[in-house]
Amino acid sequence: MIFSSLAEKLQDTFNKLKGKGKLSEKDVKAALKEVKMALLEADVNYKVVKDFIKKIEERAVGNEVMESLTPGQHVIKIVNEEMQALMGGSKEDIAISSEPPTIIMMVGLQGSGKTTSAGKLARKLDKDGKNPLLVAGDVYRPAAIRQLQVLGERLDLPVFSMGDDSNPVDIAKGSINYASSHNCDTIILDTAGRLHIDQEMMEELESIKAAVDPDEILLVVDAMTGQDAVNVAKNFDQRLDVDGIVLTKMDGDARGGAALSIKAITGKPIKFAGTGEKLADLETFHPDRMSSRILGMGDVLSLIEKA
Amino acid sequence: MGFLQKLKAGLKKTKAGFVDKVTNIFTGRSNIDDQLFEELEEVLIQADVGVKTTFTLIDKLKEDVDNEEVTEPEELMSYFQKELKELLQNDEGDFNFNNELNIIMMVGVNGAGKTTTIAKLAGRYKKEGKKVMLAAGDTFRAGAIEQLQIWGDRLGVNVISQQEGSDAAAVAYDAIQSAKAKDVDLLIVDTAGRLHTQTNLMKELKKVKRVIEREAEAIGAGVEVLLVLDATTGQNAISQAKLFNQAVNVDGVALTKLDGTAKGGIVITVKNELDIPIKLIGVGEAAEDLQNFDPEQFIEALFSQDE
Ligand SMILES: Nc1nc2c(ncn2[C@@H]2O[C@H](COP(=O)(O)OP(=O)(O)OP(=O)(O)O)[C@@H](O)[C@H]2O)c(=O)[nH]1
Ligand SMILES: Nc1nc2c(ncn2[C@@H]2O[C@H](COP(=O)(O)OP(=O)(O)OP(=O)(O)O)[C@@H](O)[C@H]2O)c(=O)[nH]1
Ligand SMILES: [Mg+2]
Ligand SMILES: [Mg+2]
Repeated sequence: MIFSSLAEKLQDTFNKLKGKGKLSEKDVKAALKEVKMALLEADVNYKVVKDFIKKIEERAVGNEVMESLTPGQHVIKIVNEEMQALMGGSKEDIAISSEPPTIIMMVGLQGSGKTTSAGKLARKLDKDGKNPLLVAGDVYRPAAIRQLQVLGERLDLPVFSMGDDSNPVDIAKGSINYASSHNCDTIILDTAGRLHIDQEMMEELESIKAAVDPDEILLVVDAMTGQDAVNVAKNFDQRLDVDGIVLTKMDGDARGGAALSIKAITGKPIKFAGTGEKLADLETFHPDRMSSRILGMGDVLSLIEKA
Repeated sequence: MGFLQKLKAGLKKTKAGFVDKVTNIFTGRSNIDDQLFEELEEVLIQADVGVKTTFTLIDKLKEDVDNEEVTEPEELMSYFQKELKELLQNDEGDFNFNNELNIIMMVGVNGAGKTTTIAKLAGRYKKEGKKVMLAAGDTFRAGAIEQLQIWGDRLGVNVISQQEGSDAAAVAYDAIQSAKAKDVDLLIVDTAGRLHTQTNLMKELKKVKRVIEREAEAIGAGVEVLLVLDATTGQNAISQAKLFNQAVNVDGVALTKLDGTAKGGIVITVKNELDIPIKLIGVGEAAEDLQNFDPEQFIEALFSQDE
C-alpha cells in the first residue's frame, strides 16, 4: 500500500544524503521533490503544488530540519501543518436564515452528485428538526425530476416541481410560495449539471441567484477530479460567490487532492463529504483527515509524534 | 452546427492552440535545456497525464536527445509528438459488428456518463440503419430506468426493463432473449454506477457479465465491455481502469465530458499501462455529441489553450 510511503521515502532520501555529512540546503530541496510528487500524484493542482512547496522550503531550509536526526519526519510535520493551515480549521455548517425559508442551492458539473447530495442534505436537515423542501430545478437531464421525486419519496419529504417545460428561475421563485404554504422552513434547490465555461447555463445560475437570493450556494465537486478542479471552482465561485463545497464520492480510493486545490484557489470551506450513494452517506468534512489522505499516509499524527 | 464544428468547438482545439502552448516550449528558445523539460512537465501534468507517464515521456525525450543527437528544440517537438502518438495508437477501430447480434456492456463509476453514452451510441447506430435495443441494467439509482427510457423514446429505440431493485443480470438475460427474438443488431446494456473499490458491487457486475457471455455464446453473439471514464477525473482513473478490467475485462474506453476544460490526459496512462484502447469520446450531453477517438486530434486538444 501507498500508506506512509511518503514518510518512508523522505526518510530514505534524507538518510542517503546524510551519509555525506551534514544536510545542506540543496539536500533539503532535493528531498522536497518527494513531497511534490506525492501531491501531484494526489491530483493537487500543479500551480498550487508549486506555491505550496515554496512555502515548505522556506520553513524547512533552516537549522531545525537540517540538524535533525529525523529530518524526514520534521519535513512531514511542516507539510502537515501547512496543509492544515491551507485546508482550513474546524468544520463549518450551513447558514440558517433568521427569516424562513433558508434557501440552499446546489451547483456543479454534470454527474458530480448534486441531486444525491440535495437528498442527503434534506435528510440531515429533517433529522435536525427542520422541514425541508426539495426543489426540482433541473429541467434538462432526462428523468432528473423523477430522480429527485424518488429521493423525496424515500425520505418522506415534499418535492416541488413544475415539470420540465418551466424555466428554472420561475421554479425557484415558485418554490418559495410553496414552501410557505406547506410549512417548509428550508428549501434545497437542485440545479442541472453544467460546464463552468457554458456561458448561457452559467448565466442561468446567476439569474436564479438574483431571483431568490440563496443563503447558501454549495458547489458540489467529485473527489476524483483532477487538475481541472481549479478551473471549475474558480469559475463557479467568480460567477456565484459560492459559500462552500460538498466533496462527493469520498468512499472510493481517490486521494482527493482537488480538495486542497479548491481551498487554495477559492478560500471557500469544504463543508460536507459524500461517502456513498445512500442518503445517510453524508459527513461533516474533516480537514485533518483529508491531509493524511492527500499525502497518502494513514496516520500522520503518530509519525509526527516520533519526530 | 455541423458535426465537425461541434466537435472542434467542444474540444476547443485548433492548430493555433497546439502552436501556442507546446510550440512555445519548443520554439521559444535556442537550446534544449532543463527549463524546456520543466515547462513540458507542467503542461503534461496539468493535462492530467500523471506524474509517472510524464516522467517516462520526458526520459524518452532525453534519450532521443542523446541517442539521435537532437540539438534543435524544434526537432525535439516532432519526437515528442511521435512518442505520444505511438502511445495512443489503436489499430482496432471502434466496434466489431461481425455477429448477428452484438452486445455492448457499459460499465464505470458513478456519474461518469454511461447512460448518456449509451444513448449516443444508440443514436449513431440507429442512424446507420442498425436495429438497436437497450437494457435498463441500472436497477439501483433513483430514476435510472426512467432516464434510459426517455432516451429510448426520444431515439425510437426499444428499452427492456424490470422494476427498480430487480436483479441486473436478470434484466440482461431478458434483454438478450428479446433481442434474439426481434432480430436486433446491437444490444447495449446499462449498468449501475459503482466505485471500483466496492467489492460486492463489482461481484455483481461480474455476474452480469457472466450471464451475458453465457447467453451470447449460446446464440453466437459478440460481447464488448466499454469502460466510461470522465475526462475530469485525475489519477484515480488508473485505479478505475485496473479494477474494472480485473473484474470484467474491458475492451475499450469511452472518454466523456471532453467539451469542458479538462483534458483527459489520464487515458494515455490507461492505454500505456493496461493496453486498453480508447475508442470513443463524448463532447456534450446531446445524442450526437459522440466521436470516434482519434489520437492525433486528441493530442492537439491536449495542448490547446483554454479560452
Ligand atoms: N459512491 C458514491 N456515489 C455517489 C456519491 N454522491 C453521488 N453519487 C452517485 O453519483 C452519481 C451521480 O449523482 P447525481 O446526484 O445524479 O449527480 P448530479 O450532479 O445531480 O448529476 P447531473 O444532474 O447529471 O449533473 C449517482 O450514481 C449517485 O448515486 C457519493 O458520495 N459516493
Ligand atoms: N458536458 C458533458 N456532459 C456529459 C457528457 N456525457 C454525459 N454527460 C452528463 O453527465 C451527467 C451524468 O451522465 P449519465 O449518463 O447519467 O452518467 P452515468 O454514468 O450513467 O451515471 P450513474 O448511472 O448515476 O452512475 C449527465 O448530466 C449527462 O448529461 C459529455 O460528454 N459532456
Ligand atoms: Mg442531478
Ligand atoms: Mg446511468
